[in-house]
Amino acid sequence: MKRKHRRLGFLMVGAVLLAGAAALVLSAFEENLLFFFTPTQLAAESQPEGRRLRLGGLVEEGSVVKQTDGLTVTFVVTDLTETVPVTYTGVLPDLFREGQGVVVEGALGADGMLRASEVLAKHDETYMPKEVKEALEASGEWRGEEATP
Amino acid sequence: MSWHLLASPARFMRYSERIRPWASALALGAIAIGLYQGLFASPADYQQGDTVRIMYVHVPSAWMALFCYTAMAVSSAGYLVWKQPLAEIAARATAPIGACFTALALATGSLWGKPMWGTWWVWDARLTSVLVLLFLYLGYMALADAFDDPVKGGKAASILALVGFVNVPIVKFSVDWWNTLHQPVSVARMDGPTIDPAMLAPLLIMAAGFTLYYVALVIVRMQALVLERRVRALQQVAAGA
Repeated sequence: MKRKHRRLGFLMVGAVLLAGAAALVLSAFEENLLFFFTPTQLAAESQPEGRRLRLGGLVEEGSVVKQTDGLTVTFVVTDLTETVPVTYTGVLPDLFREGQGVVVEGALGADGMLRASEVLAKHDETYMPKEVKEALEASGEWRGEEATP
Repeated sequence: MSWHLLASPARFMRYSERIRPWASALALGAIAIGLYQGLFASPADYQQGDTVRIMYVHVPSAWMALFCYTAMAVSSAGYLVWKQPLAEIAARATAPIGACFTALALATGSLWGKPMWGTWWVWDARLTSVLVLLFLYLGYMALADAFDDPVKGGKAASILALVGFVNVPIVKFSVDWWNTLHQPVSVARMDGPTIDPAMLAPLLIMAAGFTLYYVALVIVRMQALVLERRVRALQQVAAGA
C-alpha cells in the first residue's frame, strides 16, 4: 500500500509542477499567442511602418467602397473604440459584409492605411435557422450579428 | 478489493463481450439518425447556409478527440500508480481511435474554414493546439511500440500521455484565453447554448453515436490486445520449457 501512495504522491506533485510550468510559459508568450491586434491595441503602441501584422475587428457599417477597377475594396475596421482604414485587392470571402467580423493581414502604410494581402471572415458562435433570425428581427430581439468582435 | 477483480483481464473478456454488440448497434443507429437529421432534416444556418452541416461531423469529432485523450491519461495514471495491466491496455487501445477523431476534426475543420473564413488553415491558438494533440497521439503510439519489451514501452508511453494532458485544457480554453480566428464555444456555455434547438438535437445525437462507436471499438481493440499478451506469455513459457 505504501508504494502505491508514494507513486500517487509523486504523480500529483509532478502534475502540479507541470501545470505551473505550462501556465508560466503561456503567460510569457501571451502576446505571441494572440492571432490578431484590435484597432485599440494598434493605436496604443506605434507599429513600425511596413511591418506585417494581423488586425481583427468589425467592418464598419457604410464604410465599404469598391474602387473603379472592380477588384480593389477599401473599408474601415473598428472595435467600436478605434478604427483603422484598410485597402485590399482580391477576392473577398463569402461572409465578408458590413458589420461582419474580419481578420486582415498586411502592412501599415505611412498614411495609417493597412494594405491587406489577405482578408479572412470571422463568424460568431451563434447558429440558427434563417426563419428564427427573421422572427427575432421582427420582434426587436435581434442584437446584431456580432455582439463582440 | 472488488476493483481488482473487476480489472482482471478474464473478467473483462466476459463482460465486454456482452456490451460490445449493444454498443455497436446503438452507435450505428445514432450515427444514422444523426447524419440524416444533420445533413437533410435540420435547417440551414442564417449566415453560413448549408455549409453549417459540416458541424455535425466536425464538432463531435473534436469532442471525441479531447475525450479520448482524457480517457488515455486517466488510464495511464491508473497503470502507473496501481499497476493495473488492463488500464495500460485501455490507454493503448484508445490512442489510434483518438488520433483518427483528431485527424477527422482537423480535416473537416479545414473544409469548413475554406468557404467560411477564406482559408484552409491558420496558425491560431485553437488550430495549432489541436495539431499538437494529434502529434501527442502519434508520439504515444510510436513510443508504446518502440521497445521490444511491451512493459517498458507501456511505462514510457504512459508518462508521455500524462505530460501531454497539459495540452487538453489549452485546446479547450484557447478560444477564451486568446483571440483566435476560430469562434468561441457554442454548446457548453455558462449562459446556455447559442445554437438553435433544431440544430443542437442532431449534434447531440451524433455526439452520442460517436461515443458509443468509441466504446464498441475500444472493446474490440482491448480484447485483441489481451489475447496478444496471452499469446506472448504462452510463447515465453514454451520457449523456456
